[in-house]
Amino acid sequence: MPDEVLPDEALFTAVMNPASRADPYPLYARLRERPVARQHDGSYVVSTHAAIRALLFDPRLSSEDLPPFKRPPTGNPIRDWILNPIRSRIATAHRPLIFRDPPDHDSLRAAVMREFTIPRVQGLRPRIAREVDALLDACRGRGRVCLVEDLSYPLPVSVICELLGVPESDEPRFQSWATQLATALEPDARHDVETRRRTVAAFDAISDYMRGLIREKRRRPVGDMLSGLATLRPNGLKPMSDFDLIATAILLLVAGHETTVNLITNAMLALLRHPKELERLRADPERAPRLIEEVLRYEPPVHFRTRKALGAITLAGETIPKGAPIILLFAAANRDPARFDDPDRFDPDRPDIEHFGFGGGLHYCVGAPLARIEAEIALVALSRRLVAPRLMQDPPPYRPGASLRGPEQLAIGIDGIA
Amino acid sequence: MTPEPAGIVVVGASLAGLRGAEALRRGGYDGPLTLVGAEPHRPYDRPPLSKHVLAGALEADATRLPELTSLRARWRLGSAAVALDRAARTVRLADGSVLAYDKLLVATGAQARPWPAETGGDLAGIHTLRGRDDARTLRTALVAGPRHVLIVGAGLIGCEAASCLRDLGLPVTLADPHPAPLANSFGTFVGGVIAGCLRDAGAVFRPGTQVKAFEGDAAGRVVRARLADGSALEADLVIAALGAVRATGWLRRADLMADPGGLTCDAACRARAADGTACPDIYAAGDVARWPIPLYEGRLVCVEHWGNAVEQASHAARNMLAGPGDQRPYTHLPAFWSSQFGINIKLVGLTAGADSVAVVQGSRASRRFLAVYGQAGRSIAALSFDQARWLPAYAGAILAGAAFPPILDATDQPRIERADPGFSPSRASASAPRPVEVFHA
Amino acid sequence: MKSVGRAGALRVVVDLNRCQGYAQCCYVAPDDFALRGHEILFYDPAPAAARRGTIERAVQACPVRAISLQAAPDDGEAP
Repeated sequence: MPDEVLPDEALFTAVMNPASRADPYPLYARLRERPVARQHDGSYVVSTHAAIRALLFDPRLSSEDLPPFKRPPTGNPIRDWILNPIRSRIATAHRPLIFRDPPDHDSLRAAVMREFTIPRVQGLRPRIAREVDALLDACRGRGRVCLVEDLSYPLPVSVICELLGVPESDEPRFQSWATQLATALEPDARHDVETRRRTVAAFDAISDYMRGLIREKRRRPVGDMLSGLATLRPNGLKPMSDFDLIATAILLLVAGHETTVNLITNAMLALLRHPKELERLRADPERAPRLIEEVLRYEPPVHFRTRKALGAITLAGETIPKGAPIILLFAAANRDPARFDDPDRFDPDRPDIEHFGFGGGLHYCVGAPLARIEAEIALVALSRRLVAPRLMQDPPPYRPGASLRGPEQLAIGIDGIA
Repeated sequence: MTPEPAGIVVVGASLAGLRGAEALRRGGYDGPLTLVGAEPHRPYDRPPLSKHVLAGALEADATRLPELTSLRARWRLGSAAVALDRAARTVRLADGSVLAYDKLLVATGAQARPWPAETGGDLAGIHTLRGRDDARTLRTALVAGPRHVLIVGAGLIGCEAASCLRDLGLPVTLADPHPAPLANSFGTFVGGVIAGCLRDAGAVFRPGTQVKAFEGDAAGRVVRARLADGSALEADLVIAALGAVRATGWLRRADLMADPGGLTCDAACRARAADGTACPDIYAAGDVARWPIPLYEGRLVCVEHWGNAVEQASHAARNMLAGPGDQRPYTHLPAFWSSQFGINIKLVGLTAGADSVAVVQGSRASRRFLAVYGQAGRSIAALSFDQARWLPAYAGAILAGAAFPPILDATDQPRIERADPGFSPSRASASAPRPVEVFHA
Repeated sequence: MKSVGRAGALRVVVDLNRCQGYAQCCYVAPDDFALRGHEILFYDPAPAAARRGTIERAVQACPVRAISLQAAPDDGEAP
């Protein structure tokens, strides 16, 4: 970013600017000067640890802030005036659980958690280890690893497909849909008609696919999570509707890998920038858990999420009016000097890394346990198998998203694969 | 040669004593440190005793507390402090030995209030539940398969025990003089929910019941309880869950403001002498301490909660190491948890003196709800039944002295109706001058 | 999960005021931590010494840092 003086109301606009992607942290520091800062568009950016902690547990914060799922015009009046509005209404009524409030949210989440069982998650370990080894084996004979396409991206896709029960042969299709749908989580993607058109197309395609897959799982349930969700008849609870089931499946797919891509890539970037830590991990894989928690603080995969105020909320001397959009800037809170000593230092040995890398409160990341396992196995393998790894480009190029922030590519020069 | 300094003596080797000692070391104190404990055990955690230990899921000796700092301490366990000589700066122990101190941290906690011997308290089969040995003895008695268990006192310990015993399939009657269980802690409006849990679990709750005495057989074993109305209840095992008395007997002749209601402290956790002056070298923390709580107009309270033991001990330790001009007042928002009948119960604040209660999220019928207690239009406490995720927001509202009810326009919020919390009249009048209030966990 | 509280065991305590039932410890160390009902955490306060690595993972994974594990063997003389 050019070192210009920005008014406080424009700071978040600057965060959204792709030019800020490689290092948004100076802007975050400026934002923290006013823990609850009103922006030009009437939204409020919340950026300190204490303020975010207070809001995460505040029942006046709604997650039902997803704007109506508006389809761009097709020119066909039946589509534009009848079919599409109906589909939009259905999609809005059956938003995935990250866009739902209690009590609906709670029953959806409970259904997912019943299927996201400990044995099912732990049982993925061997598969993840095999997959990581295979992906690294494929890099043999090359002078560099392109981490995102060689490992960070394909690993979570295959893991989430395995967990859900999506046939391996369909994985490539999933990748492109998921990438497109992930862009819809960025606030500015809602305005561009072409982006919206592509997102709607991906949504329709993946919905149709899921509908078919769920039908198949109902007919022949197997051990996977989708079979479990599709046949779930919990005692005393109404079963999930098909619309909710499809929305949930899509959410798990998208959230299950777009974020993990960033976690693995950001972690490796931090390690390459701090070679001593990479060396220590190589010598002692037991350091991986604390290393991953520090990455979740220092370079989290999701930088912010938006909410809406259901009532007026007074916090840190500012009153957020009813209905105002609220941006919870997790990544700024993670670097709050009021909470963490020397917050801009990467230090896995911090005594209490209470970060918002997985959010917090009601909507705490469902997939956190799985993300931790994937990151751990991947990082330990990378530390052991990459021979003389070095960063080829620093900073690396970033994907455009400001919320799901991570490198587009991470080129690592190597002398070989061990 | 200068004599070796006496150093700091911590009397009481439970949670508060341990965390206080750790805080002293963390705060840089490098001198001699002695911990005195009445029980022969290193510090252990009490909350699991009335839950998982009774249920048989944990052995009584499994709950030893981690020591989170290197203490380099002398341990004097198994010999209670019996006297304090402030002039000589010494503590005498039950085994006759005498310990000198430069500074003293009183963390002797509390003891279960026993059933009086003259009305049958000496009979075999009558138990209290406070320490690890109590829990072990009671657990052994439960395994033997009693035919009629009577729990006297439907406070938190009584209700937790009832929950465990029903899980074990034992027949349980819970008797209490109040109209609902947990009436002292939560009032009858919320206590009614637990009454429903007791019923569903197959326990018999006897409200408005005064046990007058226990009667035994020829062998001196309890066989029945005699009630105030003259009737009798069969019982071959009794748990007397009557609350606790502060362990201050050893301070009787120390000329301090100490009685079975606690040891009175000033805002900085310094013990007060009988003339009201604060002793610069004697501090108190945990269940035994009776202190002015700033959040509630500085009235004197004993807070018998796990969280208070941890926080107050750390605070007292901090002040022990600070100079006389740097004594910071202890500010604390009381908080505790209980688990019973499969429900996680959490409370922040003090309910005493509440004139209203409102369910602000969820419903009593679903047994998942958040209730707020109000006094004179101000929010003073918040209670969660399996809704702990929202509790920090309400804790914030209480700290901020928010109007009652706080946090309107919330998600999953019913139409808010204020109700009478249903505290017994003596307790509801918190404004009336009383020597002490005690809050149990 | 049945602890024997034997000598040499690890010592663990969870601040259940802080605990919010996120269950991250249960995924990491299912033999030592379990969620009962909606949000009651049951844990083994004295896991076998060999489980130190696993318990440390649980400590790290807790979003509210409610789990404490004694780092080193006891010091200070016993009576």
